[in-house]
Amino acid sequence: MSTDRSVIVDSLGVGLATGAYGVSFGAISAASGLDVLQTCVLSLLVFTGASQFAFIGIIASGGNPVTGALTAVLLGSRNLFYGLSLAQKLDLKGSQRLASAHFVIDESTAMAVTRETTRQTRLGFYWTGISIFVLWNLMTFVGALAGAKIGDPQTYGLDAAVGAAFLGLLWPRLTSWHARLVALFGAAVAMGLVPLTAAGLPIILGGGAAVVLGMLWRPKVSA
Amino acid sequence: MTSLWVGIAIMIVGCFALKYAGLSVPERVLNHPATVRAADLIPVALLGALIAVQVFAHDGSLRIDARLLGLVVAAVLLTLRVPFLPVVFAAALVAALVRMG
Repeated sequence: MSTDRSVIVDSLGVGLATGAYGVSFGAISAASGLDVLQTCVLSLLVFTGASQFAFIGIIASGGNPVTGALTAVLLGSRNLFYGLSLAQKLDLKGSQRLASAHFVIDESTAMAVTRETTRQTRLGFYWTGISIFVLWNLMTFVGALAGAKIGDPQTYGLDAAVGAAFLGLLWPRLTSWHARLVALFGAAVAMGLVPLTAAGLPIILGGGAAVVLGMLWRPKVSA
Repeated sequence: MTSLWVGIAIMIVGCFALKYAGLSVPERVLNHPATVRAADLIPVALLGALIAVQVFAHDGSLRIDARLLGLVVAAVLLTLRVPFLPVVFAAALVAALVRMG
């Protein structure tokens, strides 16, 4: 059984490590054609890293902002399921749910759902979520100021940084051969569509095709 | 650019609605095996597609350049359990150095 203190310390550790990569988001976003205000608004009001990276990745590749936003929202659908598993354990009233929803992200969920009591679930959730929120936004601003000066994402290899960021987000999910093949299939379909469709569409179509494949093809032995 | 703000507005509303709905909807509404499976697959599938497009697409065609080397470096470092931020910096650095050379 962890103490309250250790839950808070662990949560702050995750908060510091995760919040720090706001700097990469800020720099890439501002170099990809968003201004500093737009970059900071994304971190303040969207506040779900993978979706934010997806949006700026699609904008940088010349995609339509609406296609980019829809892809980002689809990617954010996992937060819906995080909320489901958090709801019982956090035990919140109506207005508390409204105030807490913004902090439902990968890390705050991971640091909360493993706790044994409601009190420690809440400690893990709020200390992780709020510490990431504060640092993620500060670092986004710092990164955006630097990115705005850099201008072209190719300078300093920022375009390569986006691919690496996506791979870093995907990596912990590649725990089975099924997941790896779904990711590869999504990549292959998207690549095939790049010469054929408008920018942004290969991602949502390739991703969609891979979800369908993953639903239809169920391995008998899950790895 | 107005359309960028339109995209941003869609994201703000859409992403918050998903988070709030998760905390508010009764669990049985969404707790169906197929829904849970799809929810696990969506990020994997989309991130796979995002990586491919980010690394190979260039003005509507495919191109192999320094970005691929950056991705390979990232994959090696992730295998070695290097944290996210150093991985991203290393990928950028390698791509930038290759382009200078």
